Amino acid sequence: MLDQIEVTGKKATRDGFGDGLLEVGRQHDQVVALCADLLGSLKMNDFIKEFPDRFFQMGISEANMMGVAAGLATGGKIPYTGTFANFSTGRVYDQIRQTIAYSGKNVKVCASHAGVTLGEDGATHQILEDIGMMKMLPGFTVINPCDYAQTKAATIAIAEHYGPVYLRFGRPSWPIFTEKMPFEIGKAILIQEGADVSIFATGHLVWKAVEAARELAASGISVELINIHTIKPLDEEAILDSVQKTRCVVTAEEHQFAGGMGESIARLLARQMPTPMEFVGVDDSFGESGTPGELLDKYGMSTGHVVAAVQRVLKRK
Amino acid sequence: MADLDQLRRIATQVRRDIIRQTHFAASGHPGGSLGCADFFTALYFEVLQRRHGQFVMDGKGEDLFFLSNGHISPVWYSVLARSGYFPLEELSTFRKINSRLQGHPATHEGLPGIRVASGSLGQGLSVAIGAALSKRLNGDDHLVYCLTGDGELQEGQIWEAALFAAHKKVDHLILTVDWNGVQIDGRNDDVVSLGDLPAKWKAFGWEVLQMNGNDMQDVLRGLAAAKERTGAGKPVVILMKTQMGFPIDFMMGTHKWHGVAPNAEQTENALSQLEETLGDYPYVENYQTN
Repeated sequence: MLDQIEVTGKKATRDGFGDGLLEVGRQHDQVVALCADLLGSLKMNDFIKEFPDRFFQMGISEANMMGVAAGLATGGKIPYTGTFANFSTGRVYDQIRQTIAYSGKNVKVCASHAGVTLGEDGATHQILEDIGMMKMLPGFTVINPCDYAQTKAATIAIAEHYGPVYLRFGRPSWPIFTEKMPFEIGKAILIQEGADVSIFATGHLVWKAVEAARELAASGISVELINIHTIKPLDEEAILDSVQKTRCVVTAEEHQFAGGMGESIARLLARQMPTPMEFVGVDDSFGESGTPGELLDKYGMSTGHVVAAVQRVLKRK
Repeated sequence: MADLDQLRRIATQVRRDIIRQTHFAASGHPGGSLGCADFFTALYFEVLQRRHGQFVMDGKGEDLFFLSNGHISPVWYSVLARSGYFPLEELSTFRKINSRLQGHPATHEGLPGIRVASGSLGQGLSVAIGAALSKRLNGDDHLVYCLTGDGELQEGQIWEAALFAAHKKVDHLILTVDWNGVQIDGRNDDVVSLGDLPAKWKAFGWEVLQMNGNDMQDVLRGLAAAKERTGAGKPVVILMKTQMGFPIDFMMGTHKWHGVAPNAEQTENALSQLEETLGDYPYVENYQTN
């Protein structure tokens, strides 16, 4: 089946956000957008051109942005905040916790440049802890789409979901391969059926897992590849169904092991179906400057790392 | 318009409610609550154009109020109950398990009158600005009010919000600062001085007014003056001088009563200084919220 995956182009996931924002702005009068001095990076210009009155340039003041978004949501708006993932989460965690999460506000925290694939800017900007922080907040939905098409679909879908959402995407140009895969919040996508091992992947690492599965197929290993775009709430049924069959698991994400998707899946399996697991992600480390490819390689998230994790877990089966 | 004497009588009863709530809860923040009782009374019984009957979260077509210094929840709860948002007896549940009256105000349990949680300081002004922008988009010309403490002006987010509101000409917003000069650890001037506060707000592009928050007549004058200055391209701030603990003799002139509840003897003493004007709320042990 992996040979049937159609790559329809190459764009950044943040482009999917920009195009999705324009589209959702057309569909919903109540959608408004806020940005903390990163318009170009967040690809918000088309929305602003079409809806200038529904856009708020906040300047470099993310804490204020989160509070203003909570106020706009109180008045019935559906605010989408845009800045880098680092400044969307850690920098403003208490603001999000009190005025958005605890207050139950319908704010969409949209975060670009997540993970090491941000590249040359280095570790100050490469957040690898954000999934953990955001999934810990009660009531928050956490989504990490894997390509342009899925990010666009998710950007549109979250307007229909009432409640706070963290939407995480990134900077680099990346293969587009989910155009024909329907997106539904909380519903995992089966990319390929297989028998020997389940790979659960999210974000940019889904493509790395596709490449790994192809390599493994060549050596006779049948991979079941599932895209977990929604980390919270987790599609427990899809995960358990797959693991029931394969009896071993590899998770892949551009995030610390601690707090990541892999940890959520491990908790599920520990309670319901204890299973040998291996994790692909960052091992308690900050990133550094470099190209996205170099960084994925150095920090343990390349195609080769996914292949190696599968080989390790198969020995423990 | 309610007459001045009636507003004063309500404010005195609100102060009794504050003493009794914090005493029964054996915790809470009476000092700032007492200092702001006149302001809250004027706001809810005279100034706010608000919807009566069912509480609606989006507040379309009514004036809104946001409390940033959430620790003075006892004064807000008293005024909300006495202006019809929930039963007076529910004040008995303040800070207790299964209550809608959390230590700091919250929406989570569905208490009518509250639109955002506050307690972690410095955040309410941003939320009020967002609500004001929402009104602007909705073509709703009602006003948004916000109260902050003075100590919380030490939070950086306040000044982000101040810059932003002036830049966006959010001129249907009235911020009041409870300028009592003290915070948990002592006088503002000993902790981290706020410097020339009127000059600071002016420099940030705000219209600056002052009033005596412990004189009902001056509170009404100040709030009316602030309202007159709305719609003129600038956000408005009222620097409101109050005394923490006012008018209880042993609670004033110190920061000690910021976050300490009165014991039985102190409660009796404080209540003896406040006439029971409207009747105390019935204290109901194990009150059940419907």
